[in-house]
Amino acid sequence: MYDHVQNSDEGVDLMKVVVCVKQIPDPATPYSLEPDSHWLVRPAEQVLDDTDRYGVEMGLQLAQAHEGTVTLVSMGPAGNMQGIRQALAMGADKAVVVDDGDLRGSDALTTARVLAAAIAKEGFDLVIAGTESTDGYAGVVPQMVAEFLDVAAMTYATSVEIDGTTVRINRQTATGYDSVESEMPAVLSVTAGVVEPRYPTFKGIMDAKKKPVETLTVGDLGVSTTVEQKVASIESAPERAAGAKIEDEGEAHLEIIRKLEEVKVL
Amino acid sequence: MADVWVFVQEADGAPSTIGLELLTKARSLGTVTALYLGSGSDEAFATLGEYGAANVYHFDPGDSLPSAPVAAALAELAGSASPDLIMFGQAYDDRDVAGRLAARLSRPVLSNAVDVSIDGGVRASHEIFGGTQVATSEASAPAPNIVICRPKSFPAEPSGGGAPTVAKVDLPDVGKAAARITGSHAEEKEGPQLEEAAVIVSGGRGLGNAENYALVERVAKPLHAATGATRAIVDAGWVPYAKQVGQTGKTVKPDVYIAAGISGAMQHLVGMKDAKTIIAINKDPDAPIFQVADLGIVGDVNNVLPKLAAELEQRTG
Repeated sequence: MYDHVQNSDEGVDLMKVVVCVKQIPDPATPYSLEPDSHWLVRPAEQVLDDTDRYGVEMGLQLAQAHEGTVTLVSMGPAGNMQGIRQALAMGADKAVVVDDGDLRGSDALTTARVLAAAIAKEGFDLVIAGTESTDGYAGVVPQMVAEFLDVAAMTYATSVEIDGTTVRINRQTATGYDSVESEMPAVLSVTAGVVEPRYPTFKGIMDAKKKPVETLTVGDLGVSTTVEQKVASIESAPERAAGAKIEDEGEAHLEIIRKLEEVKVL
Repeated sequence: MADVWVFVQEADGAPSTIGLELLTKARSLGTVTALYLGSGSDEAFATLGEYGAANVYHFDPGDSLPSAPVAAALAELAGSASPDLIMFGQAYDDRDVAGRLAARLSRPVLSNAVDVSIDGGVRASHEIFGGTQVATSEASAPAPNIVICRPKSFPAEPSGGGAPTVAKVDLPDVGKAAARITGSHAEEKEGPQLEEAAVIVSGGRGLGNAENYALVERVAKPLHAATGATRAIVDAGWVPYAKQVGQTGKTVKPDVYIAAGISGAMQHLVGMKDAKTIIAINKDPDAPIFQVADLGIVGDVNNVLPKLAAELEQRTG
């Protein structure tokens, strides 16, 4: 899919950073499902998944430090591209969006297959993704993309450093973190908190309107869109009844004490 | 009998808690094979047997990042044995191996499962919209199907099973997909741990700043409670990642959960809403946390917590 790691030290090729981003319905609005398919209803105006801002920022910082470019790759209904423009406004150079009716109802596997194909077509030294999307949160797409691209999946990075052709990360673990290294090309998944995402400047927002956005279909990539899972049913979870809600007028802490006594913690 | 494989990672020399939870569930579904990741020991294998594993495949990747070599070896094993179901936990290496394995075998993954069944096809249910609804997904791919389960979805109970047969699996060279672990760093564990504590006091953005997290610790101390945090304040660097409760952090089910200055984003709710009693303190009367709270205090945590701490200190003095 690619045959060399581009070495910025030689000043020949630019390091190519691809950042996976996703447009999602605004999390501040209530989500709903389509009645028969149980697919998430996606309005024309979607926003950039907040967790992707960390990947975009990481990509921008690495590209700046190592003379690289940042390409966004996204799959899903393009809508009015507001979410993609948000990421471009942060400073990414261009975007590739795979939008195809055949991809409605895609699961993590199909999503990863499509993203990997689009990334391979674009070429890459480093792919950066968040650990999971806010709306789907399967949390396996970066690893699947890495497998399809046959490169290492350096996951749950809390810090990232590039030294020549080697990538080193601190990888979050249950007890702390591991130091992990691999050769580029590689796929990284970054946790929120790996870097502090920048806010787009006015100039960034204006520039974003002129940046190239390429739209691809499944036919352009030649991948299978067969999805072998479906939501069979949706039920309401047993409701947890809200208890008393009281306004603090200086003595509310005593209500907490009473509650702790009632449940025998005190 | 269905053939069920369960991925179990080693933690501190023994099978992880979530691994034991999955084994317990798996033995109600069929014959159980444990896929054990770690250095391994007779004691560890015996524990796998006690929790229902009849067979163990042992993977020891040494200082290699496990996902690529383990997924490659597992794909080979699962490709020929074709188990009905392979269960993973919602944990770091579990997710990595599951994802790579699924891509290799071209199988879907049912994620975030809180329950799983296998009668006439693999089905898994997962909570959506902050746990207000439960979606049941059905896989239509040929065996093996892959499910990733959330922690604390099943109790971990030994069955008194005997020692399993153990086969060590050779790991292939994965070439460009390889990554190496060059060091491990444990964050210091202090006081009661989130997963085990009967009482948890957690803080969120409503505390205002990192220094005020000391109020959470002060309330926790006389209660012998563990301290937790939202993603927002972990990301802000106020407290270490290990304290994070929620979708990307830990799932907890304590007797009492005190949410201080936490609004109750979906991401946080899925990690704590199964606490027996929830007490919430938040300035915003419309904060979603109040919808799950048994006692809600509308007020400033920075006023309520010091008074609460003083009262608790006096009582437990």
